[in-house]
Amino acid sequence: MKAKIIITPKKAVLDPQGKTVQTALEHMGYTGVTGVHIGKYIEIDLAPGTDKAAASKALNDAAFKLLSNPVIEDYKLEIE
Amino acid sequence: MNFSVLQFPASNCDQDAVHAVRLLGHSARLVWHKDASLGDTDCVIVPGGFSYGDYLRCGAIARFSPVMQAVKQFADNGGVVLGVCNGFQVLTEAGLLPGALIRNRDLQFHCENIFLKTATNDSAFTSKIPAGKILRVPIAHGEGCYFADEETLAKLKANNQILWQYCDAGGNLTDSANPNGALQNIAGVCNEKRNVAGLMPHPERACEPLLGSDDGKWIFESIFAALKNKTAAAAA
Repeated sequence: MKAKIIITPKKAVLDPQGKTVQTALEHMGYTGVTGVHIGKYIEIDLAPGTDKAAASKALNDAAFKLLSNPVIEDYKLEIE
Repeated sequence: MNFSVLQFPASNCDQDAVHAVRLLGHSARLVWHKDASLGDTDCVIVPGGFSYGDYLRCGAIARFSPVMQAVKQFADNGGVVLGVCNGFQVLTEAGLLPGALIRNRDLQFHCENIFLKTATNDSAFTSKIPAGKILRVPIAHGEGCYFADEETLAKLKANNQILWQYCDAGGNLTDSANPNGALQNIAGVCNEKRNVAGLMPHPERACEPLLGSDDGKWIFESIFAALKNKTAAAAA
C-alpha cells in the first residue's frame, strides 16, 4: 500500500519558482499557460493490509502537523 | 544573565550567538537538541543555520526535537526567546510566532548587509534601541520572505507585533531595500505576549566594530534590560 501526498503553495502565497517557470514556458512558445504552481510530492509506503480509514486519519494528522505547513501550503492525500 | 543557545545538527550561528552574549558581559552555554531540559536559563536563543539540513521545510523537523518542547514550555511560562534566521523559521514552524518564511522572491541566497528600522520600542527586544536609529546588520538566507495571511497581518499591526522592517540607509521602507520580498518589508515580529521574537537578520554577527557594525548589540542590550527588570520584579 502507498500513500501519496501532494503539497502545493496556497494561492495567496508568493510562488517565485512557479512564476519563473511560467515565464520560461512562455519564452519557449508554450501558449495558454495561465499559472504554474510548484510544490512537493511525498510517497509513503504502508504495510500491506493496513486499515485504510485509520491510515487516512493518521496521515491527515501527519500532513497537517509535519508534512505541510498549513500557513502557506495545501495538501491532497490519496491512499492506494 | 544565563543564555541558552540551542544547537541542532547543522546550526551554524550557535557559536556566534554565544560569543556575542559573552562579549556583552553575560553568560551563555550551548544546549543540545536532544536535551529535554534547558536548566537554569533566563533567555533562549534559537540560532541561525540549516537545522536538520532544512529538509522538508526550513525549521520543520527542528520543531519536534526534545529541546523545542522545553522551549515551548519556557515560552508559555513567559520566558524570553529570540530566534535568529533559521531560529525564526523554527519558531514560526513551532507555532510560537505567527506567519511563515518562504523562498526569497528572486530565488537567490542573499548574503549582505541591510538596514533595519525598528517599528516599536515596546518589546523586550527593542526597548534600548535609540529612537530613530537605523541598524546596519547582515542577512544570510535563501528563505526569508515573511508571509502571513491578511487576518494575521491585521492582528500583527493591531497588536504592534511587527518589530523590525527592512529599509534604506535613510530609514525609508522602499521595495528596493527589501532583500527577499517580505510582506510589508517585515524582518522580524514578536508574539502577542511579546516574550518571543524572531528576525531574519543576524544581530549576533554585528556586536563589535571589528565586524563592521556593532548595531546588533542594541537588540541584546534590550533583552538584558528586560531580563533585569524581570529579575527585579520577581525579587520584589
